[in-house]
This record gives sequence, structure tokens and C-alpha cells, in this order.
Amino acid sequence: MAEAPQTGQNKGLTAIDGAMALIVILLLVQIWLLTTTLETFLAGYWETALPAAIVSGLILAACVGLYFFIDRIDFEHRTR
Amino acid sequence: MSLFRRPSAEPLWRDEFSVFSDDERYVSRRQFAKFLVLASLGMFVGNLWILVRSWFTRQTVYPTAAIAQADEVPVGGVKLFLYPTPKDQCILVRTGADEYAAYSQKCTHLSCAVFYSAEHGRLECPCHNGAFSVRDGSVLQGPPPRPLPRVVLERRGNELVALGLKIQPEAQHG
Repeated sequence: MAEAPQTGQNKGLTAIDGAMALIVILLLVQIWLLTTTLETFLAGYWETALPAAIVSGLILAACVGLYFFIDRIDFEHRTR
Repeated sequence: MSLFRRPSAEPLWRDEFSVFSDDERYVSRRQFAKFLVLASLGMFVGNLWILVRSWFTRQTVYPTAAIAQADEVPVGGVKLFLYPTPKDQCILVRTGADEYAAYSQKCTHLSCAVFYSAEHGRLECPCHNGAFSVRDGSVLQGPPPRPLPRVVLERRGNELVALGLKIQPEAQHG
């Protein structure tokens, strides 16, 4: 039995859910990065601090980008 | 005024509290996504803080301190001392007639105090059965991820003097 076609609003919600799942995955990576960097820093190794900060910044940029994507979908699909 | 808010003719309250029930699903998701991005910002700030701290702690200057008399400790004996600050407990082991080794007493796993096991000839951590070589501080067994920081020693006459703390590179073991 064929599924009912998605409405425009449901498609928007699916896209937002996907983007949010991606943000959550990126956030988990960032949490892991922070804890390992802190652990190595407290152990006296500071070489990892700079690359970790750069990668963390890139992840933040990706999260902000995904947020703008969500905001755009929200703007386009909401009932006006 | 809201950060990241799209320019809109609608007032903010109408964007955030929609009168349409279908829109609520969008509003709640957008707000949750905003919370996630703020959490990501917090993680980034944490990493920046570590970076700044690492810049300031890079040029650590260790004090020179007399820690023991050479004949004070018998062969196979130990002496505990504080170095480089009064909060840092270290352990000195006399491994031979004229051989001494000193390490930070904090286990690199979860900071329990290690002790010298004369029976096994190694430094042992009682918490999780970690063991370190008394020769170079390397990990012999257990969960510690890194060798013990070594106290650089110099003998001046009958006096043992600590010159600094050497953080040893992570050894591959297993």
C-alpha cells in the first residue's frame, strides 16, 4: 500500500529533524574533543590545545550554519 | 531583540508564540536547535580557555630545591617530599648505592598516590593495580595512560637537589 505523499509542512519538519540530528552528532564530537583536550592539558601536554580549538571552532561554524538552515526552512514552511 | 533573528515584519512574540498549532512544531524545534548551538558555543569557549591557559603555562620555571641527604635513605628505601609546590607530593627511591629516582606521586590514571613496592621493584598504584617502572616511570601494567612525571635530580655533595619536573612522552605499551 502506497504511503500518503508528504505535505510541504511535513517535508520541512523532516529536513529540520535531520539537521538537528546532525547538530547533536557534532555536539557529541565537540564534547569528546573538549574532555580529551582538558585531560591531556591537565597531564601537561599542551600541543593538542591549538588544533582542538580550531576543530571546535569549525564544528561551531557548522552548527551555526545548520541553525540558519533550520531557520530558513522554518521561515519558508510556517503557516502565515 | 533576538540574536540570529531573521528580519521580519512580524513582532518577535508572534514568531515565538504562534497562534497556529502546526507552527508550534517548528517553533519548538527551532528553539531547541538554538539551545544546541549555544551548547556548541560553550564547548568552543571551553577549548579556547584551555588554549589560553596552555599559552600561559608553557614557560614553567621550576624551583631548585634540596630534597634529601644522600645517605638519609637506605638502598631500597623511599622518602616523600613536596615539589615543585607544597601541594605536589613526590616520591624519592634509592634504587642502588649511588642510584636515585624521583617521581610525582600522583598516578596518571586518577591521581591516587603511588607507593614503592620493594618486593616487585616498581611503583604501584593501590586504586586500580597500575604499576610503573622505577627505572624510568613508564607504565608496566594497569590503566594509567602515561608515565609518571620524573623529578630531575642532581647530587651536590651529600645533598640531592631537585631541578625540575620532566613530563615524559606517552609510551606505547600493551
